[in-house]
Amino acid sequence: MGSYLTRRFLLMALTLFGMSVLIFVMLRLVPGNVADILVDSAGIADPKEKAKIARELGIDRPIFDQYIHWIGGLVQGDLGFAYVSERPAIEEIAPRIPISAKLAGLALFFSVIMGVPLGVISAVRQNTALDYFLRVLSLSGLSLPSFWLGLLILMASVQWFGMIPIYTNEPRSFIDEMLLLSIPAAAVGFRSSALIMRLTRSSMLEVLRQDYIRTARSKGASQTSVNYDHALRNALLPVVTIIGIEAAFLIGGLIVTETVFNIPGVARFLVEAILWRDYPIVQNLVMLIAFVVIVVNFLVDMAYMALDPRIKYAD
Amino acid sequence: MRTRLAFVAGSLAAFVAASSPVFAQKQGGTLRISHRDNPPSASIHEEATISVVQPFMAVFNNLVVFDPNEKINSPDKIVPDLAESWSWNPDQTKLTFKLRSGVKWHDGKPFSAKDVKCTWDALTGKADEKSDLVRKNPRKVWYSNLKDVTVGSDTEVTFELGRPQPSFLSMLAAGYSPVYACHANGRDMRSKPIGTGPFKVVDFKRNESIKLVRNPDYWKKGRPYLDAIDWKIVPNRSTRMLGFIAGEFDMTFDSDITFPMLADVKAQKADAVCEARPSNVNSNILINRDEPPFDKPELRRALVLALDQKPFNEILFQGHALAGASLLPPPAGVWGMPKEMLETLPGHMPDREKSLAEARKIMQSLGYGPDKPLKTKVSTRNIAIYRDPAVILIDQLKQIYIEAELEPIDTTVWYTKIQGKKYTIGMNLTGLGVDDPDTNFYENFHSTSDRNYTAYKNPEVDKMIEQQSAELDREKRKKLVWDVEKKLIEDGARPVINQNVASTCWTPQLKGVLLQHNSIYNGWRFEDIWLDR
Repeated sequence: MGSYLTRRFLLMALTLFGMSVLIFVMLRLVPGNVADILVDSAGIADPKEKAKIARELGIDRPIFDQYIHWIGGLVQGDLGFAYVSERPAIEEIAPRIPISAKLAGLALFFSVIMGVPLGVISAVRQNTALDYFLRVLSLSGLSLPSFWLGLLILMASVQWFGMIPIYTNEPRSFIDEMLLLSIPAAAVGFRSSALIMRLTRSSMLEVLRQDYIRTARSKGASQTSVNYDHALRNALLPVVTIIGIEAAFLIGGLIVTETVFNIPGVARFLVEAILWRDYPIVQNLVMLIAFVVIVVNFLVDMAYMALDPRIKYAD
Repeated sequence: MRTRLAFVAGSLAAFVAASSPVFAQKQGGTLRISHRDNPPSASIHEEATISVVQPFMAVFNNLVVFDPNEKINSPDKIVPDLAESWSWNPDQTKLTFKLRSGVKWHDGKPFSAKDVKCTWDALTGKADEKSDLVRKNPRKVWYSNLKDVTVGSDTEVTFELGRPQPSFLSMLAAGYSPVYACHANGRDMRSKPIGTGPFKVVDFKRNESIKLVRNPDYWKKGRPYLDAIDWKIVPNRSTRMLGFIAGEFDMTFDSDITFPMLADVKAQKADAVCEARPSNVNSNILINRDEPPFDKPELRRALVLALDQKPFNEILFQGHALAGASLLPPPAGVWGMPKEMLETLPGHMPDREKSLAEARKIMQSLGYGPDKPLKTKVSTRNIAIYRDPAVILIDQLKQIYIEAELEPIDTTVWYTKIQGKKYTIGMNLTGLGVDDPDTNFYENFHSTSDRNYTAYKNPEVDKMIEQQSAELDREKRKKLVWDVEKKLIEDGARPVINQNVASTCWTPQLKGVLLQHNSIYNGWRFEDIWLDR
């Protein structure tokens, strides 16, 4: 196990290194840099002014130098300066991380708490009215884009309650914040919950047809025990995989939801930074996201072992 | 006795009625406004967008300013700001300002004539090499006639011009002309600027908010009324509108409400006060006149003749946009040509069929026709307000055998692409910071301008622009201005389709709002606005 973990951590480090090179090169392949954009945004295209800004920001240096400078800083915890705001990148990024983390966590919680039980119910009550209803619900979850769902929620709130659940002021307490974030989290988590529900249903149906389930029933185990102790645990492996993948996909969903609900999180900020070609912000945020995805994948692999004792990661 | 009582009661009522506006203003409260996007920086001198001017004008003062109590900005309606008075020398080449004393910057340091010199030295590239007060200057051309700024004393400063230029004072009165602090550095001015204005910047959080608070040491006693202004950056327009309807915001961003949206807002928030006004932003066409096929003047004329403003106006503005050349037409505009004159010019003639017939004839003479259309592209910024008119333009061009396809350009490289001449036809929007021919002509059509995107070069027009610029008699100048406009239209320099009109809304509790009708970039000091709640 120890050697497996060492190999795994090395692989994670290698993946992060690969990501750093990829994002660094890709950003520079996109037409226009921050100097172009800063000057263009003022309605001018003076090459002298662009060159002056490029020199000030250091983006006129050889690409390899720029990469070494960035990676060297990153290793020492220095994320550099944001080009547009001219403030340390860490000051721009750090306050936004907890907001997005809470939103993503809440959305994932919502999707699991809705998806897994409803998937089980749908499978156990296969071909009943409840099953049909839940299948339609899950299909609508997969087909409704989250920005549209978000707007519908906002319009309904204004129409029926005369208020709008958007982030205009910092919430006064943790509970306030959770309440405020719960609506966008539901909007963004709805799609994932639908996917998890469908996967749980099909996985459960497959497991429920297995011989050992019949054996459990013939031994006189209760329906609840059969469904939850015997079937669900074995049906969860693919579901855990999809939860891991969805956790990564949530970032994409957050971009839209943060914009519609006006949440000052990392995802919206990342899009803005890409539009401005604010390299230090984009590079560091992408690395952060890559790190989160890698860690989630690692946790999913570890969860396999917990769920299925037969799985062993050999040294 | 009864008559006397009635007289006293009447006098009292009249006194109360007359004096009520004075006593009515309430001090305090936070004004909450939605902002449409992320301002590129807080430095007004470095940017060319209302996204910067509207929130940050309240942080600064100018030397002079367009009278905030007048809807129309005009050279006759300029009032003192940091300058108490001004005077011209006899040959109108030296403009001397007497400055207020006792004015302080937000950091407590005293304001003086040196700050004025510093600001305009930075704008004209005369600042010390180490100074980074202004990193880029989109309005360089405004000050091309400014030779020097000299300091007489702490309270006296003189602008020395190369020749008489009556518009110079108007340019100094614009929202784009604040005085900067000499001791500030450029980075601070871009992120958390200091000024002498009624509000101080507390925080400018990118992608989130701009918070301003009342400047307790403001030199204008009793102002501002508001305690604070809280701008929330809400990039999604639907969210902004819903936020206003739900009472989350007291005011919308300027000109944020299109006509189709206005009906929705009024239906859902019946007490909203909404005002539609010309924005002095016009939709216009860029033609690459240096490369085939539009290097042929006849082809450019055919394109101009094919333009029909009506569909643009009806589809995009529900008929509320104004027909005009590059300067806003009267009554809102001071310098625009009268309707009867405009209608004699190509692209504006009322007889559409006649114009189309002439355009088709030109196209046929150049070898194009229904079986042999001219294939090209209409390039535009990939933003809805640019794309929508571009699509209508493509439809109109089909009528003269031009088959164009839409080429949306990433907004970040739009000007680079245009100035690099990598386009054939472009759809563009142009906003004027001041309703004055000098800012318009020098910025957009003079051969020396950085912002003459089409690189339109006509020595005759350059001369005409300089002639009108130096003319001191207003009526004579107007005629010269119209001659320039005619020449630009005939040359197809940058054909204007519409002068845009849009609405701004606010809650009825917000008092003292007076929108300026010939430039969206002026009148955002917020010092006379108050909240009745």
